Amino acid sequence: MEAINGLSLGFSHALSLTNLGWALLGCFLGTAVGVLPGIGPALTIALLLPITFKVSATGAFILFCGVFYGAMYGGSTTSILLNAPGESGSIITALEGAKMARNGRAGPALATAAIGSFVAGGVGTLGIAFLGPIIVDYALVLGPAEYFSLMLLCFVTVSAVLGGSALRGLTSLFFGLTLGLVGIDLQTGQPRMTFGLPELFDGVNVVLVAVALFAVAEALHMAWTHAEGKAQLMPVGNLWLSRADLKRSFWPWIRGAALGFPFGVLPAGGTEMPTMLSYYAERRLVAPEHEHEFGTTGAIEGVAGPEAANNAAAAGVLVPMLTLGLPTSATAAIMLSAFQSYGIQPGPLLFQTQADLVWTLIASLFIANVMLVVLNLPLIGLWVRILKIPTPQLYAGILVFATIGTYGISNSITDLLLLYGIGIIGMFMRRFDFPVAPVVIGMILGPMAEQALRQALTISEGDWTTFITRPGSLTILVVAGLALLGPRIYKLWARRSLVG
Amino acid sequence: MNRRSILAAAALSPLAARRAAAEQRFATISMFIPAGPGGGWDGLGRAIEQVSRQAGLVGNFQFENVGGAGGIVGLPRFVQQRRGRGDALMVSGSIMVGAVLTNRSPVGMRNLTPIARMTQEVGVVVVPAQSDIHDISGLLAAFRANPGGVSVAGGSAGGTDHITLGLILRALGHSARQASYVAFAGGGPAQAAILGAQVKAGISGYSEFAEQIKAGRMRALATTGETRSDPAIPTLKESGIDVAIANWRGVFGAPGISGAQRGALTAYITELAALPAWRELMATRGWDDAFLSGQGFEEFLTADLAATETVLKELGLAG
Repeated sequence: MEAINGLSLGFSHALSLTNLGWALLGCFLGTAVGVLPGIGPALTIALLLPITFKVSATGAFILFCGVFYGAMYGGSTTSILLNAPGESGSIITALEGAKMARNGRAGPALATAAIGSFVAGGVGTLGIAFLGPIIVDYALVLGPAEYFSLMLLCFVTVSAVLGGSALRGLTSLFFGLTLGLVGIDLQTGQPRMTFGLPELFDGVNVVLVAVALFAVAEALHMAWTHAEGKAQLMPVGNLWLSRADLKRSFWPWIRGAALGFPFGVLPAGGTEMPTMLSYYAERRLVAPEHEHEFGTTGAIEGVAGPEAANNAAAAGVLVPMLTLGLPTSATAAIMLSAFQSYGIQPGPLLFQTQADLVWTLIASLFIANVMLVVLNLPLIGLWVRILKIPTPQLYAGILVFATIGTYGISNSITDLLLLYGIGIIGMFMRRFDFPVAPVVIGMILGPMAEQALRQALTISEGDWTTFITRPGSLTILVVAGLALLGPRIYKLWARRSLVG
Repeated sequence: MNRRSILAAAALSPLAARRAAAEQRFATISMFIPAGPGGGWDGLGRAIEQVSRQAGLVGNFQFENVGGAGGIVGLPRFVQQRRGRGDALMVSGSIMVGAVLTNRSPVGMRNLTPIARMTQEVGVVVVPAQSDIHDISGLLAAFRANPGGVSVAGGSAGGTDHITLGLILRALGHSARQASYVAFAGGGPAQAAILGAQVKAGISGYSEFAEQIKAGRMRALATTGETRSDPAIPTLKESGIDVAIANWRGVFGAPGISGAQRGALTAYITELAALPAWRELMATRGWDDAFLSGQGFEEFLTADLAATETVLKELGLAG
């Protein structure tokens, strides 16, 4: 077995005291940047790039892997505790995670996120080692037409977060689609809805919008409705997963990891789509006795699944980078430029010409994964204490934190104005019962779907049948149709057979 | 003198000896990067810092990164805040030339003081390995027959890749507008579309595709430089298409500086570009030396602006 030999070679390089030190530093830094909204792993690794002039290639890549995986862990912590997602892959985690925290279940939510990340990180890393080179060739078969069909499939997931009123939910969705249009259009190079402001030319950052709608809006709404002298503490409750929690988390972890990894491998996949699909799947598959927890007190399945999907997708992103030299995310692109500063040209021959380094990198992903779960589980007790801060102070702190994090994205005043402007809109949405999750889903999927649609139509010279004549695209469309109509037909059928 | 400072002095002495070799030209340079950390412009700025400090040409560097929209978010800020400052430099290049035009930015390259072009990268025209087009004349024939039927992948609309395709079509007597250009965000997705034969052809910077070409997963048909970059790949000019275009990067001074200040900056950059350490660094990064300063650089800039504007106007991207 080539992969097993390679892995043992990788571990023999990675497991030295110095390298473990780099891994620890990377995990720590990564968790910190994951916690801050705005500063992501790509920016952190870019700032760390100068160390490649001083440190050996192995040491540097171990550090970068720690930052990369650490950011995925850190992002979920603030999603759950503060309702402020640190990066786009953990936006969905906030939906159920923050509700669990508000209902005294922050401990189990953090624990299921940490263990789920560990399980998925492990599955994903195994996937890189054993499946990577095989599935990446299949991933290339998918073109813009298939991606557009995949986005349509993901749009089905909006139905899971629409809430009681379809009109309100769809209004939110269209607000998100509109926000997604802001910026320079990729296919024509023309600015849209930027009102001539160069600061808006690159569009509105989706993490900023999520923090504004989730955290800032919640804090402002709290200030609006807060009754004087009735300061109450949030219940903290159990810290650890109960047996029942563990049982409820297990399958979502596995399903999330299985969904996330292939999406990560896709050259235009990313972490957002699989987290949405995982949330939708868990919401549909949850045991009937826990169904009411979704959207009310917070269901653990809704944290375990998306969190696992996020980490498995993050691992999958490394597959096209290592096997084809394709950087499919900002972080991967910067890691590739780190390869170049060692004089290594990343490309399809990397696995052959730099086998040592590639296997060391894979081994260090395993090490980072173990180190992160060991670091994070004992920290849960510490994190949860944040919730013991009295509500007004806690929310004031969240506002400060969101402000600093947002300013960190681009040192731009425009971004701060957007944060509070959208935050105030979010406050009114809360007041009048408009769900905020569809806004974020629309904002992520809208631009991706639009670009894929136009790319597909340019390639087909304007022929719309390309979506049904390509077998891959047709298959995905059929699945999307089933996901949308299946549950309704099933309900109808169940009712008829009950009557009959 | 305590022990620590003696040790520090001992450790620094070889460096100090090397520093004596070059005369310090600036105490501080404030380097403005109109892009985020980690990209090409940032890489050039920080490479200049690295070599200048090692050689002792400059005592200290201050960096400011203001990214967004091909540099035109940072450009007005540099022009306003550094006006008349003789120790300010900004990294820029072809991408900004196009971005200023497509976004009708009120502040343009003409507001800057050109110092020098430093590096450039030629583009390459490729087809998927499984394509039935085997050489550039085959692709040109396909363009001649039906330009809209040949889908070409590249970077964002109005960028160097798109302009290259526009120039090729113009040289063939078509309009740049007839191109079937598929813009992708970032090199990864564009490469994936070519490798998977989702599109008929692709255009990008040579280094971006070099490894795929070497591994035989893409077939290189032509490079876009004046002369061959790779001895095995012909240029467009050799194939009878009068198109030569490269993605260049260089440094600019602030507006409103005196002739003497401009001369000092030019002399410093010229000395830097001649250092062996600079040549070594360019070789490890795979950058092509394209050093050009003074009158030559200004003439080049005028010609580049005019050519870019013609194509972008024809594409309907510049007003």
